[in-house]
Amino acid sequence: MMLLPCPWCGPRNVTEFAYRGENIARPDPNTADKATWRDYLYYRSNRAGWEREGWFHRAGCRQFFSIERNRTTNETRGVGTPDGAGDAAHSGDSR
Amino acid sequence: MTAPMRLPSQPGEVIDRTVPLMFGWNGRAASGYAGDTITSALAASGERVFSRSFKYHRPRGILTAAFDDPGCTVQVGDEPNVRAAHRRLAAGMDVRAENAWPSLKYDVKAANQLVGRFLGAGFYYKTFISPQRLWPAYESVLRRFSAGGSMSVDARRGDYDKRYVHVDVLVAGGGPAGMAAALAAADAGASVLLVEQEYDLGGHLRYGGAAELATLRELRDRVAAADAIEVLTDSVAIGRYEDNWIAVMQRTAAGVAERLVKARARSLVVAPGLIERPYVFAGNDLPGVMLSTGVRRLINLYAVKPGLRAAAFIANEAGDAAVEDLRRAGVQIAHVADARRGTGLVHATGRGGLRSVRFSDRTVEADLLVTAVGWTAPTALASMAGDRPEFDPGAARFFPTVAELPGGIYCTGGLAGDGSLDELVGHATAVGRAAATRSRVGVAPLPHDPHPALFHGPTDGFVDLCEDVTSKDLATAVAEGYDGAELAKRYTTSTMGPTQGKLEVVNTIAMIAELTGRGIAETGTTTWRPPYAPVTLGALAGRTFEPVRYSPMQPWHSAHGAKPLVAGAWIRPDHYGDPAAEVRAVRSGVGIIDVTPIGKLDLQGPDVAKLLNLLYVNKWSKLGIGRVRYGAMCADDGVVFDDGVTGRLAEDHYLMSTTSSGAAAVWEWVENWLQTEHPEWAVHVTPVTTSYASINVAGPKSRELIARVTDVDLSPDDFGYMHVRTGRVAGVEDSVLWRIGFTGELSYELHVPGAFGLHVWETLLREGADLGVRAFGVEAQRILRLEKGHLIVGQDTDGLTRGFSAGLDWAIKLDKDDFVGKPELVWQGERSDHPRLVGLATVDPQLVPPEASQIVAGGEIVGRVTSSRMSPTLRRSVCLAQLADRLARPGTTVNVRLPDGRTIQARVTDGLAAVDPDGKRMRV
Repeated sequence: MMLLPCPWCGPRNVTEFAYRGENIARPDPNTADKATWRDYLYYRSNRAGWEREGWFHRAGCRQFFSIERNRTTNETRGVGTPDGAGDAAHSGDSR
Repeated sequence: MTAPMRLPSQPGEVIDRTVPLMFGWNGRAASGYAGDTITSALAASGERVFSRSFKYHRPRGILTAAFDDPGCTVQVGDEPNVRAAHRRLAAGMDVRAENAWPSLKYDVKAANQLVGRFLGAGFYYKTFISPQRLWPAYESVLRRFSAGGSMSVDARRGDYDKRYVHVDVLVAGGGPAGMAAALAAADAGASVLLVEQEYDLGGHLRYGGAAELATLRELRDRVAAADAIEVLTDSVAIGRYEDNWIAVMQRTAAGVAERLVKARARSLVVAPGLIERPYVFAGNDLPGVMLSTGVRRLINLYAVKPGLRAAAFIANEAGDAAVEDLRRAGVQIAHVADARRGTGLVHATGRGGLRSVRFSDRTVEADLLVTAVGWTAPTALASMAGDRPEFDPGAARFFPTVAELPGGIYCTGGLAGDGSLDELVGHATAVGRAAATRSRVGVAPLPHDPHPALFHGPTDGFVDLCEDVTSKDLATAVAEGYDGAELAKRYTTSTMGPTQGKLEVVNTIAMIAELTGRGIAETGTTTWRPPYAPVTLGALAGRTFEPVRYSPMQPWHSAHGAKPLVAGAWIRPDHYGDPAAEVRAVRSGVGIIDVTPIGKLDLQGPDVAKLLNLLYVNKWSKLGIGRVRYGAMCADDGVVFDDGVTGRLAEDHYLMSTTSSGAAAVWEWVENWLQTEHPEWAVHVTPVTTSYASINVAGPKSRELIARVTDVDLSPDDFGYMHVRTGRVAGVEDSVLWRIGFTGELSYELHVPGAFGLHVWETLLREGADLGVRAFGVEAQRILRLEKGHLIVGQDTDGLTRGFSAGLDWAIKLDKDDFVGKPELVWQGERSDHPRLVGLATVDPQLVPPEASQIVAGGEIVGRVTSSRMSPTLRRSVCLAQLADRLARPGTTVNVRLPDGRTIQARVTDGLAAVDPDGKRMRV
């Protein structure tokens, strides 16, 4: 079981967290056409390699945060705030 | 029982001759000493056959005299598949052979070996694949012939435990290298968990000579004195997962049957030593054919003479040492064939046990044949960390490719290379020090000593002794095209038995390599996967810890015959014996229901209204203080997610309720939108579901009842429908009263501080006795709301039901600037061809179509019944259904297909409510 570095609690078992998926901005609900909106709902890049993702420390501090994770190696870096901005103070390899 | 093969006291023996133990072996009395394994005690008394083999029921004896001995699996009492060469003897054990019928000596099924050609490679695939319909018949016969002991469903060995450990360094393997690495890591300041599969630390030192025993004592003493080292014996690291999450099976643990230790280690030192590899030749499974390490264990640990007259086929120093041990033990040495000088081993013969051995230059009579032809490196843990071991032909074994291992993985001891005991301890010390700091500093690689590459002789023998796979089977597999290591493994089942390749994997690969004309390195190895050693299912399951939630009123419920309903983690009263009577009580008088599990969120701050406007489909900006409103939530795909009422208690203070099952999800949902989309909004969210005990008081007499227990003004003009008040109820301050109508009756929902829940509940029942008040359960509430046509999210909707299909047209406000799910609901409304939530009245009013009955038209499914009950109020069936838009007009007759195949007719009703469609009763 991998460790995930919570910006508030430090490295914890990944089972403490809920995965929110790739960070995707919510389009303007009043101007988005169907294609844009459904991309937001259903389409994910699913890239092999680094991706910025949202996580929720459900069984911990209950904070949402974003982090970059390498999906082929599970290395992590650049943990940040929910809006996706990396926070240099917390960045670093989880290992 | 005499012990003709027991030797006089040996310097390293682990048996305690002052403690004799009596036990049973196949129903006869047997004896041994404390410290004996089941096998060593029986071997001391002259027993040579311990089991019948898996497929051909051939007699099998001792091979390794350790846990992985393939011929030494027995039944102990009601515990099957006990490793007899590992399990320590206990007084009174009832030990029986497995796979033998009627007895070990005369096994009827041994006839299988006469028809062995029918049980060859791919036997199951070829023979039983067609016709498929006969498989159950084949299976029932095959089961009787298959391996394994017998289980009792009543067997209880005690609790299976789990433990979580965090250490700096976990050392897997407690031989000299493992102990030295642990000591060095501890000296460097690390906390260490040292895991050893035997009962004592020491590895091969335990069955060594005087010098080895001296080193063993010194290392053991130092480990015992090191406070930072915790030692787990009779324990094995069975798996390594990401970030050094390591599963350790503790087979012997005080107070429990077994314990699964889940360890998180910063560094993992893999030091399992080497496993001696058998040699493949005709007769290699005869009782009396043993590995040199097996011989050394029997003599030195258990003081057991392995045979009377020995032949040996050896290619290394371990073999020399075994021959020396045999001489010392007084075993007659018939012949020692040294493979290093080119002598070959042709075959062995005997019936029920070894009689004679044919070498390339002579034939000798012997009841013991010792082989020492090389080693298998158990690279399992390193492989699980991503390592791909490489074969070194000069050393005739695989090595982990240390350079490729991720940070925090180290290998030492025989796994890493060769050298004198001092050199190996030196390497392990450097590794332990590096592991403590997760560096590679100071670790020089160990050399690989040359070793003859010996895998098989000129005759066919058993490659896998667990699965009865022969070298001929492998040849067949390769000839039929299964010529890769992984393919041949699956086709023949070689390496798939209980030893999981520890003894047979390299021989298997070597033979495939030879048969295909490729090298061993090119052929590669099969993949080591967890578990490294067999695990009981009990250990994986552990104890059952399943938390349940009860409301504070539970003592009353259980004292009054409540039938429990499991609703998620909650146990709720489904009813108290007669749900129909409970319904009638609510419609005619007053009833109370425990609704504590309803989710409750306390929302405070100036921006709560903005939050509610975003999360609910309806409008909240104008909700006045003292008012409550029903709201429905959708996700951004427009699918209905939850519903409930929310009341405004003060200027910046709201109490939100959710469905019981949605409480946790809505809390997370609220936090998600606040934290990720609108961190600028000032809202505090506090889950208060269990802070309050909740009681719904429903029925025309509910106002009269509540008036007796509160000083809150209940007059309809002051406290009208969909209003909220706070005040004192049954003497309890800070209670919240909502006037809402889920049941369709005049009703008040009380939320009182949890600790007073039972008090308020009992007060209501006492004060309302003359009004006929009675408790009602979830079932009555479901009937009441169904009569009234109120939907339940998740019952009348599913994961595809968007807002307009849930009858929420009246609530959805598309003119709001934004709310979650708005675009999808706009598009759903524009198309207007979606399924509708409708009420149904069956043409035969006494028929209640079961929930989920399909509604069909023209051979198509056009809807389904989502809720249905017999209405005690109307004395006819009432239903809600999801129905195709074209059939949803009131008065339309539809066909409902019942599960028994009948089709009945039902008419779409005008509106959802069957009782009080105008809503007068709840507004009085």
